[in-house]
Amino acid sequence: MSFAAHLISGISLGSVYALIALGYTMVYGIAKMLNFAHGDVIMIGGYVVFVTVSGMGMNPLAGIVVSMAACTVLGVVIERVAYRPLRGASPLAVLITAIGVSYLLQNIALLAFGSDPKAFSNVVTLPNLELFDGQLVIKSVTVVTVAVSVVVMIGLTLFVKKTKIGRAMTAVSEDKGAAQLMGINVNGTIAVTFAIGSSLAALAGVLLCSAYPSLTPYTGSMPGIKAFVAAVFGGIGSIPGAFIGGILLGVIENLSKAYISSQLADAIVFSILIIVLLVKPTGLLGKQVQEKV
Amino acid sequence: MRAAWPGGGKEVLDMPMLEVKDLHVHYGVIEAIKGISFEVEQGEVIALIGANGAGKTTTLHTITGLIRPTGGTILFEGRDITRTPGYKIVPMGMAHVPEGRRVFAQLTVLDNLMMGAYTRRDKDEIRETLAMVYERFPRLEERKTQMAGTLSGGEQQMLAMGRALMSRPSLILMDEPSMGLSPIFVNEIFDIIRQVSQSGTTVLLVEQNAKKALSIADRAYVLETGRISLAGDADELMNNEAVKKAYLGE
Ligand SMILES: Nc1ncnc2c1ncn2[C@@H]1O[C@H](COP(=O)(O)OP(=O)(O)O)[C@@H](O)[C@H]1O
Ligand SMILES: [Mg+2]
Repeated sequence: MSFAAHLISGISLGSVYALIALGYTMVYGIAKMLNFAHGDVIMIGGYVVFVTVSGMGMNPLAGIVVSMAACTVLGVVIERVAYRPLRGASPLAVLITAIGVSYLLQNIALLAFGSDPKAFSNVVTLPNLELFDGQLVIKSVTVVTVAVSVVVMIGLTLFVKKTKIGRAMTAVSEDKGAAQLMGINVNGTIAVTFAIGSSLAALAGVLLCSAYPSLTPYTGSMPGIKAFVAAVFGGIGSIPGAFIGGILLGVIENLSKAYISSQLADAIVFSILIIVLLVKPTGLLGKQVQEKV
Repeated sequence: MRAAWPGGGKEVLDMPMLEVKDLHVHYGVIEAIKGISFEVEQGEVIALIGANGAGKTTTLHTITGLIRPTGGTILFEGRDITRTPGYKIVPMGMAHVPEGRRVFAQLTVLDNLMMGAYTRRDKDEIRETLAMVYERFPRLEERKTQMAGTLSGGEQQMLAMGRALMSRPSLILMDEPSMGLSPIFVNEIFDIIRQVSQSGTTVLLVEQNAKKALSIADRAYVLETGRISLAGDADELMNNEAVKKAYLGE
């Protein structure tokens, strides 16, 4: 039964990666930039819940809503202030700015909350799921995390495919100039993408901290990088790819920790990424970049 | 007066439909457009011809707000649109078929067409326009569920034109619609431009195929390294010695 337990906790961790990776991939897919500060938005989301729920005694659900709203605003502000002025600048300049934003957020959190870990109280207070006469216990936070990531993945896919603004996002991702010639507000569309990605980051932050209840200014950093790996693994820009990549990454990481070595787990995860990219440079579900005639 | 297709609902203008005055455009320090002025009257087909690199595309991009000019003014139906954000120009009644077609390869033909109607709200009217576009381009209807990236060059050109017509423009700008197409498609495209014009839409046509362009245009401007070197009725220009030599290969 222990294999099943490891697998399930891998899927749970993977679902968090998936949620973060969805934000990464949305922003990359539409704005064609890597928002390396995405992981730190998760951490901010965590602190907002910590302050509102643990500090102010707010209802956990209300705290999550406040956190998502705060991160949505944060994401839009970051895009407006840091990235929009660089539209058309070299990708390297944008990347360096994103790293700068990442450090800025970490240091703001450091100033505000200090570096000692905050004990985060699990916001998922449902009873755990017990299977096989209690031999296999699935924590309720696991069930909720997996369910949320599946719902978000399906929701985003439908949103992009079926709604007018979703199709506008696809148009912007392909050709900003041509999209503008259709009357699409390109900057507005990119801002919406950041808003969605950042609200998902807040959600991921809450679930991450509920499963691993210790919050520091660097909490978002490693999951952020791993989720980026997951997004690339699945095929960056692809929504189902980010989901599958996230789940696979979580499972590989957890099984490596359990059966090989917990010190080597991260090395194994990154080695697998390198191998996948050598074999299939566009990732598992990545589309071949189509050159326009 | 209400034209049946596609720029319906426009009053007769007592001013030029498009007026470009002393336009200057720079790329960095390089001046690509060096003070050009021209007018397009309602109902006309105007050709803008010139060699590769003369500044034709730059001119169109500046009119539809993809590039900001460094000097001059652009009036559309009397309204100053020089500093108007590009995405607000489409709903005013101007559409642009860009050079190289630039269809959305990952969207279906139908979704590409619907992108053209992005700024319109009335679903019934959009459906009506779609039916008219399909009537004009039966191939697009046959291929409506196909990804635009799988179409041939000529079909993509038709899609780019159909997509622009979906906004029911009163003025349509076309940038080298015949570029890279086989002779059969070239004729078909020019027939369509003529039909679009006859149904009441004003056309500003950029072409390197000067002979074809002059054959359907009312008037034309010749652009040479960022300046207008010649202007006049299309028939006159067709018989102009300098034009014959430089652009008609005679
Ligand atoms: N994005 C750009 N950056 C710098 N120079 C450009 C750019 N686009 C065009 N140019 C230059 O501006 C001039 C006019 O180009 P363009 O408008 O594309 O000409 P045409 O459409 O008549 O072939 C050319 O000299 C071209 O090299
Ligand atoms: Mg050109």
